[in-house]
Amino acid sequence: MWEHVLTIFIASALINNFVFSRYLGLCIFFGVTKKMETSIGMSFTFTAVMLIGAALNWVIYEYVMIPFHLGFLKIVIFIGVVAAFVQAADTIMKKVTPALYYKLGIYLALIVTNCIILAVPLINAEEHYSLFESMALALGSGLGFSLALIIMASIREKLELADVPKSFQGLPISFVLTGLIALAFLGFSGMITL
Amino acid sequence: MSNDVNYGTIIKNGIFGENPVFRLALSLCPAVAVTSGVKNGFLMGVAVFFVMIMVNGTVSLLRNYINPKVRIPSYMFIIATWVTVTDLVMAAFARDVYKQMGLYIMLIVAFAIVLSRAEMFASKNKLLPSIVDGAAMGMGFLLALVMLGVFREFLGKGSLWGYQILDSKPLLIMILPTGGFFAMGLMMGWLNWIDRKFFGGTGGGGGGH
Repeated sequence: MWEHVLTIFIASALINNFVFSRYLGLCIFFGVTKKMETSIGMSFTFTAVMLIGAALNWVIYEYVMIPFHLGFLKIVIFIGVVAAFVQAADTIMKKVTPALYYKLGIYLALIVTNCIILAVPLINAEEHYSLFESMALALGSGLGFSLALIIMASIREKLELADVPKSFQGLPISFVLTGLIALAFLGFSGMITL
Repeated sequence: MSNDVNYGTIIKNGIFGENPVFRLALSLCPAVAVTSGVKNGFLMGVAVFFVMIMVNGTVSLLRNYINPKVRIPSYMFIIATWVTVTDLVMAAFARDVYKQMGLYIMLIVAFAIVLSRAEMFASKNKLLPSIVDGAAMGMGFLLALVMLGVFREFLGKGSLWGYQILDSKPLLIMILPTGGFFAMGLMMGWLNWIDRKFFGGTGGGGGGH
């Protein structure tokens, strides 16, 4: 069983990396990678919210939605749970650790409408993963996303100095760059056969 | 404000001026994810088109009853409801396509473009202008997806809508994940260039997010 959990972890972090092979979370990916500092802050917040959100949604799905045959409401319920959790985290952090709140608080607001946060519970529900498998998927996706953010941020910092044609400045060149990184990530696809 | 709305301006704005994908750079995930073929891109566009009209209509009808303090969560639930409807309809009537892109249909709920139109337009305007705005934005999104789909499917597979046109596959890379990013970047750069060259625009790309 642990072998399977490890497989899911590695697959979600590298082979099926959310940004480079499933194309999710692009808004945040392009939004925060202009600076290294914001990307690192985002990575931490994101991975934490992802893990807790996936766990909450797993419990609700297994113990509430399946027994009462509410599977068709999963979109509504999952987004409600994530939004409520993020709002609660926001309020608690503000009271308990104001210093941390001023560093990471702004990212929390951005996270609610992020597709990866919602995609992880949806995939868990679809595949009927156990709690450990769901956690492995959430952690792997979170770390994979962090890796993507940090790679992109380092490249974009160098890009500031490059002489890019006017029409390609900003987003277009970032897209082409992402394509090149995705090409490199294709190399992982032979590592594990799921 | 809502008495003298100009429908022509709204429509032009949705399709060209503020095209969700190329201009505002919102909701990029599906634009890259499902456009490896024209057909998938088209169906995704239709799904978003439908959701945007219904959400804008519902939000506009309820705009005087929703407490401003809880408006964002309320909009989220309205969007989630209509996405569920779309999801179930697609699952029933378009099974093959749904298997490939079911996850992305469900994720329409997290599209920034739907929420931002509800917040910026539908919550302040009457029913009809809101529906027109939703339709124009949805149409802009649909056109962008079809453009990307044509570009990628033709170069990657030498076919359009599943019908083989060329004997060879000119650039196989275009239908791989990598190609999606390349196509998007090239298309955006190209549109910026046209804007700068012929319309005297500034041509700067969107801000992202």
